[in-house]
Amino acid sequence: MSRFKHEFVEKNLGWLSILMIIAVSIGGLVEITPLLFQNQTNEPIKGLQPYTALELEGRDIYMREGCNNCHSQMIRPFRAETERYGHYSLAGEHVWEFPHLWGSKRTGPDLARVGDRYSDEWHHVHLMNPRNVVPESNMPAFPWLAENKLTGEYTAKKMEVMRTLGVPYEDEDIAGAKEAVQGKTEMEALIAYLQSLGTTLQQADK
Amino acid sequence: MSSFWSAWIIVLTLATLVVLIWLLRWNMKNYTHIEEGQEMDHEFDGIVELNNPLPKWWTYLFWACFVWGFIYLALYPGLGNFNGLLDWKSSNQDVQSLAESRQAMEEAHEKGMIVEYDRAVRAAEEKYGPIFAAFAEQPIEELAKNEDALDVGQRLFLQNCAQCHGSNAMGGQGFPNLTDDDWLYGGEPSNIKTTLREGRQGNMPAFGEQFSDKEINELANYVASLSGRERDADLVEAGKANFAVCSACHGADGKGNQQLGAPNLTDDVWLYGGSINKIEETLTHGRNGVMPKWKNILGEDKIHVISAYVYSLSNDE
Repeated sequence: MSRFKHEFVEKNLGWLSILMIIAVSIGGLVEITPLLFQNQTNEPIKGLQPYTALELEGRDIYMREGCNNCHSQMIRPFRAETERYGHYSLAGEHVWEFPHLWGSKRTGPDLARVGDRYSDEWHHVHLMNPRNVVPESNMPAFPWLAENKLTGEYTAKKMEVMRTLGVPYEDEDIAGAKEAVQGKTEMEALIAYLQSLGTTLQQADK
Repeated sequence: MSSFWSAWIIVLTLATLVVLIWLLRWNMKNYTHIEEGQEMDHEFDGIVELNNPLPKWWTYLFWACFVWGFIYLALYPGLGNFNGLLDWKSSNQDVQSLAESRQAMEEAHEKGMIVEYDRAVRAAEEKYGPIFAAFAEQPIEELAKNEDALDVGQRLFLQNCAQCHGSNAMGGQGFPNLTDDDWLYGGEPSNIKTTLREGRQGNMPAFGEQFSDKEINELANYVASLSGRERDADLVEAGKANFAVCSACHGADGKGNQQLGAPNLTDDVWLYGGSINKIEETLTHGRNGVMPKWKNILGEDKIHVISAYVYSLSNDE
């Protein structure tokens, strides 16, 4: 049997697999690989700061409670979205997100720029029971967040891991991490995280 | 994008298309030496295979895809740094600040590029800009009588303000009712606009450490008595003695101070609840109500219209 026949790959599973992998990976090589080497996707926007220890813990709670299942953090460049949420999301705002929390479903509103939009008090009331402030809401209540206290046991470690991933934490940030979060409630951490979301772009404009 | 990555994309994309074309042509050839429609030489359990060509409809679709692909790559940005003949893109992504974003929008416009997002924004500005400009020329008192402006204002209110103040604007515990005539920072149009634009930061200090529980209870009773409620006279008298501390902000008569956002304690409107328990809570832990500032998010024109809507809520003739 000549090697140069379609029959050859039909009857040779190993070669079929190899050729399939090559065929399937071309899309990624064209669309994803170049992005790993672009300034646009690797450079933080002006003024971007890494999350503080408390915000970082809040981010973990955001993930633990699955907020990203109902809330996206990705404002698309459509006017209907930017009217509601603010300037569309930029790649440079997400360079230190590990993992990113863009989400893919909006049961609730997008949160990419929720920071500074409502008061801390509002977030507290809203997380305790969303219907206390928004009667139409179908978001679950998260009252345990106000009771659970952070120990800060792993905070420094988390920040170190983030640093190896490229987040520019200073030594003193990491040294003070445990102290910064110890005794704070999960509620405080989550609110601190939420209030930080997407504010850099707006502040850098002043 | 550097020329290396541009070339990477162009070569991979075009090479893939060329290889696929070759693959299709190669498979359209009959290389079996068996005529089309005749039996192939193998058989399994009585099942035989005919040497049929690729279906025509499928082959034509494949060719159509190539044609479409090449046209698309010629018109739209798909090949590295080549912008496409239409000079079209969905949005300006290579920006690092709002200023750069605005600049990119201007530059693209000058160059005659079609930026889909910018086009939508410009179209909206052309359509709605004059409406908001006309609203901006009217003073808030006048605008509050303009039904069209109020419709717009209500939409904006529901979108941005209802989360705290409620869709009926009647607020809730900790979030002021905007439909009554009680104002923490003043209810004049200019006050409302300043509140919306710059935000407000309430600052009721915590007195839990300065006063004992007994003193807090006495003070709470005195405060409750200010709005005409019947309270135990001894407690009220004892509380009054410590009220001097409170009068710095709330005034000696307890009528408040709108410069400081100190509420009037004599009108029986309670932002955080008026029960003795709630007043004690306020005294012990303090209150720090925050109205966020909206000038950066909403801009002057929208704030003007929302101000008129809010003003209309309590100035309905």
